[in-house]
Amino acid sequence: MSAAPSVSPPRVAFPPNWPMRIVLVLLAAYVIYAGSILDITWPRFLQGLDHGRHFLIRMFPPNVAPDKLQLLRDGMIESLQIAVLATIFGVALSLPLGFAAARNLSVAPLAWGARAFIALFRSFHPVIVAILFVKAVGFGALAGVLALIVASMGFISKLVAEAVEEMSMKQVEAVRATGASFLAVVVMSVLPQVIARFIGFSSYQLDSNLRNSALVGLVGGGGIGATLFTAFQRFDYDFVLTIVLAIIAIVMVGEVISGWTRRLFR
Amino acid sequence: MGALAQGEVRAAGAVPPRLLVIKNLRKEYRAGIVVLKDVSLTISGRGMTAIIGPSGTGKSTLIRCINRLVDPTSGEILFMGEDLAKLGGRELRRARRRIGMVFQEYNLVERLSVIENVLCGRLGYAPLWRIWLRKFVAEDVDSAFQLLDEVGLGDFATQRADQLSGGQRQRVGIARALMQEPDLMLADEPTSSLDPKSSVEIMELLARQAGERDIPVIVNIHNVELARRYADRVIGMSKGGIVFDGPPQALEDKHLLAIYGGEGWLD
Repeated sequence: MSAAPSVSPPRVAFPPNWPMRIVLVLLAAYVIYAGSILDITWPRFLQGLDHGRHFLIRMFPPNVAPDKLQLLRDGMIESLQIAVLATIFGVALSLPLGFAAARNLSVAPLAWGARAFIALFRSFHPVIVAILFVKAVGFGALAGVLALIVASMGFISKLVAEAVEEMSMKQVEAVRATGASFLAVVVMSVLPQVIARFIGFSSYQLDSNLRNSALVGLVGGGGIGATLFTAFQRFDYDFVLTIVLAIIAIVMVGEVISGWTRRLFR
Repeated sequence: MGALAQGEVRAAGAVPPRLLVIKNLRKEYRAGIVVLKDVSLTISGRGMTAIIGPSGTGKSTLIRCINRLVDPTSGEILFMGEDLAKLGGRELRRARRRIGMVFQEYNLVERLSVIENVLCGRLGYAPLWRIWLRKFVAEDVDSAFQLLDEVGLGDFATQRADQLSGGQRQRVGIARALMQEPDLMLADEPTSSLDPKSSVEIMELLARQAGERDIPVIVNIHNVELARRYADRVIGMSKGGIVFDGPPQALEDKHLLAIYGGEGWLD
């Protein structure tokens, strides 16, 4: 009160962010706690490294025996088929689902229903979905295809819905004003605006389905994943290396191809 | 002259005249906030009617109520004997295909080619498979090319619409509306996004093309000079109601003051 009113308190350029500090301390405490519970200790880590060394030594050289290559080829072809089938069906089903979920195109109850559907599809990792389908329809490629269709629909239809919501409504309005039916409006004003991005999403999806097809195989969904799983079970680590290298090669080729497709439809 | 004769034949024949009668048209976007205050208006089946007035006065809403891009709150829109305000579904689409519309920002589908945009004018008539496969009937494709020639864009048919300039885009917009073989043309600020020269050219084109086909045109326009020059009738709107209605010669400064309010800007 005695200080002159013109004297202002010293200004602080970077005031302490107490909430952030508390969060960081809590996070650090949780990391230490979780590590102690899970028995993650330095000696355990060293022991693990030793295991890893043995594992790597047993992997070399990669096994290229003709019978193994035959197994690899069969597995790869099946994985490829799973990926392509899942992408085509998943992507085809995503288009109507995505349109239904777009709030500027569809009616509110339908949009919310479609959104709930998409959220459901997205709530589990493809591997979990694959386990469910393996239990439901039995081991093999069918379970893998179904699991990846669900994964593709969850991803693509969400992106399609967002692309539709971002498009220019002016163009849609003009086409609607010609007396066009709903589907004609979709064909002539919605599709032209979203098709390029849709092709982009789809080729990303083919890409990730190639990778995921190996993954769903691990849990019984057929394809190269199944081959890989068997190789692990039989301790054929040299063959495991062959399979892993082949998967890397396929994924890289897939990436190049999907890059081409995207450029083609720009 | 030929077009005039054709119009008379139409008026005399079984086809109802292209008369537009708007009765007590009211629009509230949010309850209680009235944009159109019970507008009543009769527009005869020919010539160009210009609606002028300040921004936000309900000109666009009025024009969009006619083809129901905006749904009126109450009132009647009788066009050729049919109340457009009551239509829905298939009947509404049938009514819309007879009403061509030209937009302020052209509203072309940018990723479609120019000719595809013009052929959009046939969407109300063509079955979906023809649209999907772009197998429009040959006569439609021919008349689309002819319309493009008439608006001076014959060489641009296969270019993508986003490659055109503003004036060129609006020409495509007019061709698209004409492609519908409409009984009425609506133009919502067709020149507001254009430079002065293109504005005149677009109004000239709109007046000539509609005149040759004897199609009545309702045009919202900010440019009073263009309205005077091309319209047969001028309607002045202010605050959701009509405050002037008469031939362009009758439009005096005192009317403009009543329409736009304020003073000093006219000097």
